[in-house]
Amino acid sequence: MLSRDVADDAELELGLGLSIGGRTKHGSSREYGRILTAQDFPSLVSKAIINSNNVASVSGTKRAAAEPASQEGGGDDSPTSASQIVGWPPIRAYRMNSLSNQAKAPHSMEGKRTVSKKDELNHTPEANRLYDRKTSGAVKEAQNLGFVKVSVDGIPIGRKVDLNAHTSYETLAHALVNMFFRSMNPIGDGEKELVNRPSKLLDGLSAFVLTYEDKEGDWMLVGDVPWGMFLSSVKRLRIMRTSEAGGLVIWETGFTYFGKCLLFSYCKYESISLSKRLEFAPMFLKMWNLAVSLFGYCADFFWLTLVASGVAFHSLVL
Amino acid sequence: MNYFPDEVIEHVFDYVTSHQDRNSISLVCKSWYRIERLSRQRVFIGNCYSISPDKVIERFPAIRSLSLKGKPHFADFNLVPYDWGGHVYPWIVAMAKSKVNLEELRLKRMVVSDESLELISSSFANFTSLVLVSCEGFTTNGLKAVAANCSLLRELDLQENEVEDHRSQWLNHFPESSTSLVTLNFSCLKGEINLAALERLVARSPNLKTLRVNRAVTLDSLQKILSWAPQLMDLGVGSFIHDPDSETFYKLKNTIVQCKSIKSLSGFLEVAPYCLPAIYPVCSNLTSLNLSYALGIPASELIKLIRHCKRLQRLWILDCIGDKGLEVVASNCKDLQELRVFPSDPFGAGNTVVTEEGLVAISFGCKKLNSLLYFCHQMTNTALITVANNCPNFVRFRLCILDPTKADPLTQQPLDEGFGAIVQSCKGLKRLSLSGLLTDKVFLYIGMYAEQLEMLSVAFAGNSDKGMIYVLNGCKKLRKLEVRDSPFGDAALLADPGKYETMRSLWMSSCEVTLGACKALARKMPMLNVEIIDDSELTVDEALCGGAPVAVTADGDDKQKVEKMYLYRTLAGPRNDAPEFVCTL
Repeated sequence: MLSRDVADDAELELGLGLSIGGRTKHGSSREYGRILTAQDFPSLVSKAIINSNNVASVSGTKRAAAEPASQEGGGDDSPTSASQIVGWPPIRAYRMNSLSNQAKAPHSMEGKRTVSKKDELNHTPEANRLYDRKTSGAVKEAQNLGFVKVSVDGIPIGRKVDLNAHTSYETLAHALVNMFFRSMNPIGDGEKELVNRPSKLLDGLSAFVLTYEDKEGDWMLVGDVPWGMFLSSVKRLRIMRTSEAGGLVIWETGFTYFGKCLLFSYCKYESISLSKRLEFAPMFLKMWNLAVSLFGYCADFFWLTLVASGVAFHSLVL
Repeated sequence: MNYFPDEVIEHVFDYVTSHQDRNSISLVCKSWYRIERLSRQRVFIGNCYSISPDKVIERFPAIRSLSLKGKPHFADFNLVPYDWGGHVYPWIVAMAKSKVNLEELRLKRMVVSDESLELISSSFANFTSLVLVSCEGFTTNGLKAVAANCSLLRELDLQENEVEDHRSQWLNHFPESSTSLVTLNFSCLKGEINLAALERLVARSPNLKTLRVNRAVTLDSLQKILSWAPQLMDLGVGSFIHDPDSETFYKLKNTIVQCKSIKSLSGFLEVAPYCLPAIYPVCSNLTSLNLSYALGIPASELIKLIRHCKRLQRLWILDCIGDKGLEVVASNCKDLQELRVFPSDPFGAGNTVVTEEGLVAISFGCKKLNSLLYFCHQMTNTALITVANNCPNFVRFRLCILDPTKADPLTQQPLDEGFGAIVQSCKGLKRLSLSGLLTDKVFLYIGMYAEQLEMLSVAFAGNSDKGMIYVLNGCKKLRKLEVRDSPFGDAALLADPGKYETMRSLWMSSCEVTLGACKALARKMPMLNVEIIDDSELTVDEALCGGAPVAVTADGDDKQKVEKMYLYRTLAGPRNDAPEFVCTL
């Protein structure tokens, strides 16, 4: 029995560290606002090359008018080039948002069936579902998305990113890096090396933290909440350097750590089974994070005490 | 005219209303200048940084209506960083301080803060009209102030703005005594609306002629509103979905029949095809129809609808109507003057729904066409030549081929000849946007034939500096030139510096212009603001090693290419609200 407990605990181990999210064995659905390092963008190099190639191919054409257009930008390439170019096609951002929001609407409005009064057969339950106010309510929430402002510490220009175009934190992170950091020119020697040995990127990193401001005006780490919840509460994004974000990261991690300590000690005390623990752990942590952000930023001293007691808990209880 | 007293001359001037004409009058002689400026009520300023607010108020103390434009046009497509500028607040402050009797304010592409709106509502007792197009920076709290305090408000027209929703219930703040509304357009608002408040507002506004609602207004609410306002002439529908067998829908159809004055329909931000037949009764009177936000309506339904609209003069539609649909438009809508076809799937891999054939069909059927915005996947020279022959009345011709450097698919040739035909045939062409594969030749044609051209948009076109030089030399009336991703460099920029003082602005991004040339131009032409927008980026390497981008400043290397340059003539000198990434040389 003892050995089984130990085995159970090994899976629910606590970790205090900036890479809390690194333990993907807890389930791939958990996405964390961990530090974005080059490890997160293994495809960055290749993607950057594709970017510059596409742009280069487009500019190549504009200079050599004699070249028949079929040489490049034909079937497959052209849509990719079109979507890689900033500000093309020239459609107002407002209209783009509106179209993409509508395209994401869950219920089908393509009018595959034309409902006529005479044709009773068309009044299927499915057709009635189309008028369901609930779905249109969910659509309404999704409608309010669009371009949100993103700023990066150290880069004076802010940009806007289209949240509709992304379905997960990963694609968003990729897009942000592509947006702010110049794609590498494969011509330079040093760059070539990097291309051939992507592991070089991993050395000597200073990394960035992705944070966002929610509807209440608080700055949170991106990744703590499920993607859908993030979409409904994000107002704008900011990519902070670790040195400045240190406080925020450690702050949140400290509290999460303490929350986990509380949780596990309670579970141990009540001898709650492993499966039950896994069930309510995420929800508990969510509520805990909420309570923590409510108490907010005026309790640095409080945090120190908590970490101390957390460590004490850890050693006592587990 | 000198024998008449000033009052008489002023009375004569009252009949001259166009801005350009009044500007001309003021140049005749000193006394006319004086009389004109003291009686001028409507002022239009195409670039808010071309003059300071104080100078405007000083020259036109009787100003009642001000129109301002802020950001360059390419800001619409995310090419201008969002905090570049274009703030209206200093203008409001200046006018409030000078006790200007402002009645109307029309803004385009400007940053409007809630403070500005609050200041407007509290400073100008006779304020009647607020029109905001493509603006941003305000929330529903600002609208609350306008609704509550502007007791004489007649027009509140919000077109395609970015408005933050703070759940302010701003509609409730229109006082019960407010009965003067003529235009109310809040279609761009994303949040919820108090439907009961809206209905009451409409019920007590007998002069309401234009009402455009947002998505939050449901069909049953729309029905109630329409029953209160059968005099409406311009209706923007919000959500147009309902069970077609319900009583509400039945009532709506009956109510719509009562609205005999509706000439313009728009909105349809959410619509189901089977609900469209409800609007058939008003289609025969329609002169303007905007279905460009109505995704998901198949071509067949659109065609059925168009067949009812014989008097249409303006049509904005999505490309799902297809070439066949455009043929129906051509045969039905003989009075059509303005057509805009937007892409329903801008990044799609060419489900070629709309091609050059649709445009050709339109040109055969709609001889009165003078304004076009057409997004398509391909275009041929023969098509353009045919269109040019059929429709010589174009004033605005904007063609956007979604693949920016696509050649004529039949001949693999550039589209120079096609656009050349357009500028040669359309003697009154004022605005032109180019796309597709283009060489310097098209600019030669433009310089030679486009005598009335005022605005030209160029993307991914040309081979060398000669292209831009042709245009600058040839188009005498050119006011705005915007170029992106084209190989025009220093020789083009510096070919005729004096030309820029006759123009409102020049935008060049991703071209071959160097910092040295921009500095030389700025030195030579002190009446121009030459702004360099620093869009430099870090490489991933630099970023990861904690580097910072090297800012483009006046001290940078002269040979460095400038990513984005915006220059404009100004009497106000370098602006004092430029953010740190904008460097005025």
